[in-house]
Amino acid sequence: MAPSNGLKRVDVIFGAYASTKYLILQKSIRREKQEIIQDIIDSGLRGRGGAGFPTGLKWKFAAAQPGNEKYVICNADEGEPGTFKDREILMKVPQKMISGMAICAYVIGATKAFIYLRGEYQFMVPDLQKELDNFHEQAREMNFDLTIELRMGSGAYVCGEETALIESMEGKRGEPRNKPPFPVVEGFHGKPTVVNNVETFVNANMICRIGVEEFIKLGTQDSRGSKLFSISGDTPKAGVHELELGMKLSDFVAEFGDDDTKAVQVGGAAGFCVPRKKFDTTIIGFEGMPTGGSMMLFNSSRSMYHVLHNYLEFFEEESCGQCTPCRVGCQQLLLGIEAIKKQERPASYLNQLLKLSETMKIASKCGLGQSVANSFSSIVENYVEEMIY
Amino acid sequence: MNQIQPYVRSLADKYGRERECLLPILQEIVATEHVLSQDAMVEVARELNLSAAEVYGTASFYSFLNTEPYGKYVIRVCKSIVAEMKGKKEIVDKLCDILKIKVGETTPNGKFTLLETNDIGWSDQEPSMLINEKPYTYLTPEKIVQIIAEYQANGKSNNHQQIN
Repeated sequence: MAPSNGLKRVDVIFGAYASTKYLILQKSIRREKQEIIQDIIDSGLRGRGGAGFPTGLKWKFAAAQPGNEKYVICNADEGEPGTFKDREILMKVPQKMISGMAICAYVIGATKAFIYLRGEYQFMVPDLQKELDNFHEQAREMNFDLTIELRMGSGAYVCGEETALIESMEGKRGEPRNKPPFPVVEGFHGKPTVVNNVETFVNANMICRIGVEEFIKLGTQDSRGSKLFSISGDTPKAGVHELELGMKLSDFVAEFGDDDTKAVQVGGAAGFCVPRKKFDTTIIGFEGMPTGGSMMLFNSSRSMYHVLHNYLEFFEEESCGQCTPCRVGCQQLLLGIEAIKKQERPASYLNQLLKLSETMKIASKCGLGQSVANSFSSIVENYVEEMIY
Repeated sequence: MNQIQPYVRSLADKYGRERECLLPILQEIVATEHVLSQDAMVEVARELNLSAAEVYGTASFYSFLNTEPYGKYVIRVCKSIVAEMKGKKEIVDKLCDILKIKVGETTPNGKFTLLETNDIGWSDQEPSMLINEKPYTYLTPEKIVQIIAEYQANGKSNNHQQIN
């Protein structure tokens, strides 16, 4: 277990620097593309949407693809329960995100980019469009050829999965594709495409501004940089907080809990439930428990059965239905825990449900079905009594 | 409906006739008509040279593209676990009480539709809801009375909920 570095607050994502003149972009497009890619790789930046793929490698793969029709997509389909950090970026510092997208477009050689915004954030469109208009004006002055378009989601959680997102952008049902091929090889319209989370682009922009050396001072070896956390539930400090990665969950709870924290759900419904007894041994970061930033706190007045039931209802509704393990699995898990609660099934049936969730993990087509087991097994195994009685 | 044909054509002129233009077109129809009627879908299919089944199949995938008529104002109350913990039930009960409908129903005058929806991105400020695209947060039953009264009076609430 890596040592905890305590809880360190940071203020760079929303920090003072946000240029409507896109000065970082201006500076970056005079640099060698390879040099920028190397910086992003050396920074150790990993995707902030939850999956944590190394950003620099993604850009490198896309840049290495032949052809000159390539795309950059910003995944602003923030739909994981308990996540709202991208909302704050989109509302407060969209320039930083747009600048990061433009730098990415420059290094991979794309002239067209998109922001895929969840339908629930429709209210942001006027302000975002205004900023995009400004960006296009600045880009013209720099002689930099890039058009960024807004595309809207329509209330489908699975579209946050990058290949489902691409399907949706192509005007189809948002059903995930098989991977490989990955979007960096065959993405939007079958062309090389980088899909990154909102916060990831902000980080990439930040690395171009402050340099790799400054950036890697934040976080730990395996989890470089800071991270926005969406903190909600039984906490007196609900909101978006920027913290260095690599902290112990116990430090986190000491700061954000209500002195009665029973469990923390790390990473949303698709993430893991950590019970009190494991707060001290759980590290938040890629060396321990990675997260897209959703942290839901539950105190001892909460029924973990209700929590799990809520998550399963969510998955059952949002499963795209394309593959059987996920479509049927989500339904059966939900019906299963209800049956045990009503004593229509014996407690031992839980073991069968756990097996089912393991099957879903390996047999489901995309991250949605694969991750149901995370919350299911971590809640069931830690709170067996609450499931039964 | 006679005017649906020129309307859909104008949307296709605006967004284009490629497959990727389908969602923006359907989204705008729902925003203005509050429903994606069969006639509209058939017309979109014709304009984009797709089968009506393709259009319906795509539309029915997305929860915001309703093929059943909704009211002028669609209320979507967040039903995430955090919303539940913060009193979602009282909010929904109050809405049902005022509007005299159940979740999933539309008022007889066609003004309001009441729905529950998955996380809308305001877990730090629950309970929350959307009325059409506009978010309302830190809801209380008292606030609900006020918000709905404003929609009933002016058609649209002027009380811009502050979103920080």
